[in-house]
This record gives sequence, structure tokens and C-alpha cells, in this order.
Amino acid sequence: MENSTHQIVFTGSGGQGLITAAIILGEAAVIHEGLEAVQSQSYGAAARGGATRADVIISTEKINIPKINQAGVLLCLTQEAYTRFGMLIRPGGLFITDTRFVKAVQKLDAIHIELDLYNKVVEEIGKPVVFNIAILGALLGIYPVVKKDSVVKALEHRFPPALRADNLKALELGLTTGNLYHSWRF
Amino acid sequence: MSEQVREQDIRFVQGNEACALAAMYAGLDFYAGYPITPSTEIAEILAERLPAMGKKFIQMEDEIASMCAIIGASLTGHKVMTATSGPGFSLMQEALGYAIMAEIPCVIVNVQRGGPSTGNPTHVSQGDVNQARWGTHGDHAIVALSASNHQDVFRMTVEAFNIAETYRTPVILLFDEVVGHLREKLVMPKPGEIPLVERLHTSVREGVNYHPYLPREDGRLPMSDFGDVHRYNVTGLFHDMWGFPTDKPELVEELMRHLIRKIDYAAVSLTYHKAFYLDDARTILISYGSSARSALALVERMRQRGQRIGLLELQTIWPFPNQLVRQYTEHAEVIGVVEMNMGQLVQAVRLAVKKPQRVYLINRIDNRLITDKDIRQTLRAIQGKGV
Repeated sequence: MENSTHQIVFTGSGGQGLITAAIILGEAAVIHEGLEAVQSQSYGAAARGGATRADVIISTEKINIPKINQAGVLLCLTQEAYTRFGMLIRPGGLFITDTRFVKAVQKLDAIHIELDLYNKVVEEIGKPVVFNIAILGALLGIYPVVKKDSVVKALEHRFPPALRADNLKALELGLTTGNLYHSWRF
Repeated sequence: MSEQVREQDIRFVQGNEACALAAMYAGLDFYAGYPITPSTEIAEILAERLPAMGKKFIQMEDEIASMCAIIGASLTGHKVMTATSGPGFSLMQEALGYAIMAEIPCVIVNVQRGGPSTGNPTHVSQGDVNQARWGTHGDHAIVALSASNHQDVFRMTVEAFNIAETYRTPVILLFDEVVGHLREKLVMPKPGEIPLVERLHTSVREGVNYHPYLPREDGRLPMSDFGDVHRYNVTGLFHDMWGFPTDKPELVEELMRHLIRKIDYAAVSLTYHKAFYLDDARTILISYGSSARSALALVERMRQRGQRIGLLELQTIWPFPNQLVRQYTEHAEVIGVVEMNMGQLVQAVRLAVKKPQRVYLINRIDNRLITDKDIRQTLRAIQGKGV
């Protein structure tokens, strides 16, 4: 990673677990890698079911401003989130969507990666609830802002043993999928 | 990662959790409250952890009852806290005055949101600065602290308990939605790392007369756990050294002076602040809470370009650190007070500095976090550079 500050925005629908994914990413960076990170999210009556957003900034330096105006990496996981937050992407940034939820209708000045991860999660794990962790895995495969081991540690700390296996499987599935794009330069 | 870092207990938490952890560190053993956004996580976390440690958590019917409950519990010898936001803070004002008058140690957290009234529950504001100062009626002194990051939220929360015990006074923690909800790094202080002030108990034995409001030579009032071995009266009325109501002019005046002086005379030792690049600064920003983060971002950026700008972050809001502000701003050409309201702390700054005509308000009032760009734009307008 060339830049020392990474601005990542997860958007989608309330209940998809994106805020959890954002928190786990922050925990991996801060607790397990000694980096600085801040995480914030949209609050409000509109959050449940509507378009939600979780921001994570990871840096080697202390972070003063916690909000993101232009995202270096933007993940949109519903059509509504795509419509509403698509413009957050920094020109030339990394834009990640899943074909199950988002049909691209506009040309954004960004590197757009369309994953087919949701269907894979359903086929190979059978539990859509771990889709958020698969997406986190895919993000790290494409854009390795923290190490896999750090995320595994954060996952193990957060989830009770009964839920760990499926989440770790989802992380692996996402990483494998994301790794296909690893040779790209961002 | 270095070995030193590995040994640290590092957390990735919300500001509200940092506050709850700090309260437990300080010895909180009784919490009563009514959950309200954006302070709810404080109640949520304490509801889980206090009972697990054999301590008390009570969800009350409203904020009036919450404030009264912590006052009662404090009298029986416990370290107490409640947490709320704007509308709940309004409801607490009467009992807050009671705690001031009866000199009862307690900590009140107000995680500020948009107001007045129910306002904007999920977004940020710093509109309660003057309510913290003058929200309850009658002449009084008050202590209100603030913080812009989680390490400082922890520190100020512990200091709030220490000040409450030392001066037998309510202490207000004036946080805001951004700091409360933001997750960031917190290095948990080790036990003993931050000194704790414990309750000063009377040495008067059972069966011997105890005067609850008779100061020692050093001015402090030792307490006796209510319901234990001494019988005494507690009232919101002006009272004598026994705690019984009085309207004798000399006693009324003496008590009023005591209540104000015990805070005013201690103002210097109650002052917490952070100075960034102030030594040669010609433009000085004064801020607190989350807006101080944006002010610092701008100062660091403009310093890289060689501009003589600095930041005074006030962690003690009340009593207002007049002396400190006057000293730091003596040679400033522009003093910009950065806050998210229509101009509250700026009034206190104008009273404190030598040249009030050099003090400008730099604000944002749409319940969104003020940014470094917002501050720079206003500064350029002030300096006649166009926007």
C-alpha cells in the first residue's frame, strides 16, 4: 500500500452487516496491527432497511477528521446505496459492487469491480448472513489494507465458537475471489 | 509491532464506551439513567457490566428520577453517574441545582445532539455549553469538562469523578455525538496509572455529633454515609452546619459565597487544556470536543505551509479558564472560536481576552461536523482574503 491513509466506505442496506464488517476491519488495524483507524456510521430512522453507510479510515498517522468526503474505496451493496452514495468515489478510486444487488447504470470515474460473491456464498456456505464477512475478505483480496491474520484474530474475538467456522469460511471465499484482482494496481 | 505496544491493552471502541470504561475505572458503583440517543451506549454497556461486578444499574422512568436517584446513592457513599443528551439534560436541571446546594458528588454526562427540544437526535451539535453553565436556576458555580478523542474522553471522565469527590460538586461531561459514536483507538490505562480520589469520610465516631456542612481547616467537607451511624438533614434550602434550613442573612450569604468560591478559587487546578503550535501563533483557534479535531487538522496543514496558526483546545469549559485564554491570546491578531452552535463559548472568550474585537465565531449549525475546509473558508473571510 503506497498511501499511508486509506478511506474506505461500505454502503448497503440495514441488516446486511456492513457496519459489523467495518468495525472488524478497524479492530484488525488498531488492535492487531498497531495502526490508527476511525470508524463511523450513518445513524437515524432512515438507517434501518434504507441505505446505510459505514466509514473506515486506516492510517499510519493520527486521524483528526473522522468523516469521509471522497472514498478511495467504495463498496455499494444495494441498488439504492449505489444511486445514493456512488458519487462518493474519488476519481480513479476503487469501486466494488456485487452483481446480485447492483446493476451498473452509470459510468463512474473509478476502477469498477463487479463481484459475483453473494451467489457464491449461498452456493458454497449456504448462509447469506456471512455475506458481510465474505465482502470484507474480497476487499482484502483486492486491496490488502490489513493482513488476513489480523482479521482472523478480530473475527475470533468477536464471534462465539459456534459462528466462527462459517465466518472464517466466508472470509476465505471472499479472499480467494478478491485475489483474482490482486495483480491490478490501485 | 514493538513489545511495548504488544503489552498495551488496546481497544477499538466508541467514545461512549470509553466513557463507560473510564467510569468503571474511577470506581463507579451506582448508575441510574434513561437511555437517549446519542448517549445510549453508555447505559447499554453499564447495564451489562455493573451488575456483573455486583454494582447497581437502574433504568429509571425519566431523567428527573435518574438525577434524583444518583444524588441519593451518592449520599450513601457511592460513586455515581448518569448519562443523557439535550432533552434529558433539560429535565435534570432542577435536581442538578439540588446537588450543587446540598454539595453532593456526582457525574452527569451530556452527549450533545441537535436542539432545542428533541432537535436532531442522531447528529452533532455543541448547543448545550451555556445550558451546562446556567441551566439550573440561582447563582452557582459549575464544573464542565469536554474531550475530542477517546484517550481524553477516558481521562476527563476519571477526572470528573475526582473533581466531584474533591469539591463535593456535580461535574458535567460535555461530549458530543461525533465523539460519542466514533470508534477509534483507546489504550486502556493500567490500574493506578491515573490517580483516583476516594470519598473523604468523617472521622467523627458513632454517637458523637457530626456536622455535615462544617468545613475542615482546608475547606473540605467530610461526608458520613447517609443511613449509617450519623443522623443529619439534607435539603435544597439554604442550610446551617447541621444541614437544617435557615434564612438567616449571614448564613445565606456565607453559604452562597462558599458554593461559588470553592470552584472559583480552584479554577486554575481545574483547568485542563491542550496547546498546539501556540508559541509564535498570530492566528489562534480556540475549540473543544469534536470541532477541535477539525481545527487541529487545519492547523497542522497550514503549519506545513509555514503559517503561524495554533490551536488552544479547552477540555475544561467551566469554570472558564480566563487567565489561560488571556495569556495565550495576548499577541494574537485573529482569535477564532470554533464551535457547532450560534456562538456560546465565544461569549466567554470575548470576556476573557484583552482585545475582544479580535475574536470571531467560526461555526457550523446544520448538525454536521464542521470540517477543516469550513474553518479555513471563514478564516479567509475574516482576513479579507475572499472565500
